[in-house]
Amino acid sequence: MSRLEQRFADLKAEGRSALVTFITAGDPGYDASLAILKGLPDAGADVIELGMPFTDPMADGVAIQLATLRALEAGQNLAKTLQMVREFRVGNQTTPIVLMGYYNPIHRFGAERFVAEAKEAGVDGLIIVDLPPEHDAELAEPAHAVGIDFIRLTTPTTDDARLPRVLQRSSGFVYYVSVAGVTGAGSATSENVRDAITRLRRHTNLPISVGFGIRTPEQAAAIAKLADGVVVGSALVDKIAQAKDADQAVRDVLDLCSALAEGVRAARA
Amino acid sequence: MTQTNFRAGPDANGLFGSFGGRYVAETLMPLVLDLAREYEAAKADPKFLDELAYFQRDYIGRPNPLYFAERLTEHCGGAKIFFKREELNHTGAHKVNNCIGQVLLAKRMGKKRLIAETGAGMHGVATATVAARFGLPCVIYMGATDIERQQANVFRMKLLGAEIVPVTAGTGTLKDAMNEALRDWVTNVDDTFYLIGTVAGPHPYPAMVRDFQSIIGKETRAQLQEKEGRLPDSLVACVGGGSNAMGLFHEFLDEPSVQIIGVEAGGHGVDTDKHAASLNGGVPGVLHGNRTYLLQDDDGQITDAHSISAGLDYPGIGPEHAHLHEVKRVEYVSITDDQALDAFHASCRLEGIIPALESAHALAEAMRRAPTLPKDHLMVVCLSGRGDKDMHTVMNHMAAQEKLA
Repeated sequence: MSRLEQRFADLKAEGRSALVTFITAGDPGYDASLAILKGLPDAGADVIELGMPFTDPMADGVAIQLATLRALEAGQNLAKTLQMVREFRVGNQTTPIVLMGYYNPIHRFGAERFVAEAKEAGVDGLIIVDLPPEHDAELAEPAHAVGIDFIRLTTPTTDDARLPRVLQRSSGFVYYVSVAGVTGAGSATSENVRDAITRLRRHTNLPISVGFGIRTPEQAAAIAKLADGVVVGSALVDKIAQAKDADQAVRDVLDLCSALAEGVRAARA
Repeated sequence: MTQTNFRAGPDANGLFGSFGGRYVAETLMPLVLDLAREYEAAKADPKFLDELAYFQRDYIGRPNPLYFAERLTEHCGGAKIFFKREELNHTGAHKVNNCIGQVLLAKRMGKKRLIAETGAGMHGVATATVAARFGLPCVIYMGATDIERQQANVFRMKLLGAEIVPVTAGTGTLKDAMNEALRDWVTNVDDTFYLIGTVAGPHPYPAMVRDFQSIIGKETRAQLQEKEGRLPDSLVACVGGGSNAMGLFHEFLDEPSVQIIGVEAGGHGVDTDKHAASLNGGVPGVLHGNRTYLLQDDDGQITDAHSISAGLDYPGIGPEHAHLHEVKRVEYVSITDDQALDAFHASCRLEGIIPALESAHALAEAMRRAPTLPKDHLMVVCLSGRGDKDMHTVMNHMAAQEKLA
């Protein structure tokens, strides 16, 4: 059983939803970012999405665009992101890490080399925003071959005719993007999310995590009642933007994570 | 050269060899697939084609002339140089050929709103123009740096009723404008048509834009046949994303006797870090929906392009060009800012034609080659746009030169 399957199975047994947290690797700098990463499980994160910075994050809103720029300016690159995962794994063997980002840095690194090194570093899954199933041969298949889950984004525009294709090589969990838009913008109503999950359930038995526009413990709790996982990204990343120094960034992100975790845990189904 | 099926691409997945494709977020995938279906249907619909032909003739003013540049030819002392006069189109560049096609498609698909990215502003102006003509609201994303250096076009777009959104992210140029347009599209999926200005982006854009621009080459073939009774010996066009070039080249790709040359923006030189020559100075990668040659660092981060001409200031190139480069059907060279400016002045003084700085890159390459070629060599240069928009840039450059002197 993969770390992702194990984690979602355990939480299902506990009768609660997963808190999935997103941060950008190397934001605001390598050391502070690693401190955040290492602190997230104790602050209640069940699954960690670690953003791989890219100069042109065309599906992201301002918060994550700025996070990406901070990380790149601090010298982050793909090799360092893998190194962060290695350092995290020294002290943590149970919390799944999913790398999230755009394809070009991986294309440049070499897909085969990337999946091999990611596996060795302790990466559990990949979310690549600009690699639809039409391009599965390039990365999804090599990733599966080494035992890394490939997590798909499904969206309000992914209709019933297309869903089977999108889900075909999905594993780990399914990420439902609850609004058509960039990260951090807008948020869907509970009713919309409920309908979407009902629709997705007809097509898959994988855990379903919902993201986009979830910022507060209350919003997290509301989604946790409906979905197997709640993804929070921009709100955490904003804490880094607002912090006056690296120490405060670490503290504030972990504090918000704790509050979100309480919200998710309180929403026991 | 024995291969004669260079015009076959793209395949069903939108690939030209290993370039192109559909590298977009899932939210956009259904839209992109829908667009491909609608475009295929429109292409086969005589009503759509009639309407397109009507607007090409009565609104754009096609066919535009193939002009024998007699004094430039004398000056160079070799090949006979012809200009394909795209700068005489309504709005002053080739861009409108594509915009008319796409707006007709948008209308056919029932879309209520147009968005576009623009670099030099020519595509923005052409989009604002067709938006006005068809009564659609229109938002143009333009880099803040480009807004600064293309004031005249910004004002034209405003006059035409478009909303201009300055993009400050990144370097504030064309690639950043394209990112922002994609963010708009992903947010407004129900009613918005993204009118991409060049032969790039996810399939079907590279093929669709090429098709709408291919009238350049079709007219050129007929016009040269009439004047000289034969095919051209060589074609020269500038390449940023590469839509005027694809438009001229496509008709002739399977004519082995026609030598085809694409001219990239060499900026301060391709051996410096200030240029926009993706084929001569980049490596394959994935950006803005397609796999193509990109300017990027060892980590796959996109690096800044530089060119004196805003329209060529893009770190990528259309995927069909990447393919034609790899199979060596088209030769891609680069011309520096200074060489382009020299050609700009030559065209003004010798032909009384003020070219766009983009087109001046093609002229510079033509002027470099022509003296070495026989007098019966027929060379066609795509004069893709007029230079009015560049007065400010050229003035600043001349003032700086005077200070240096």
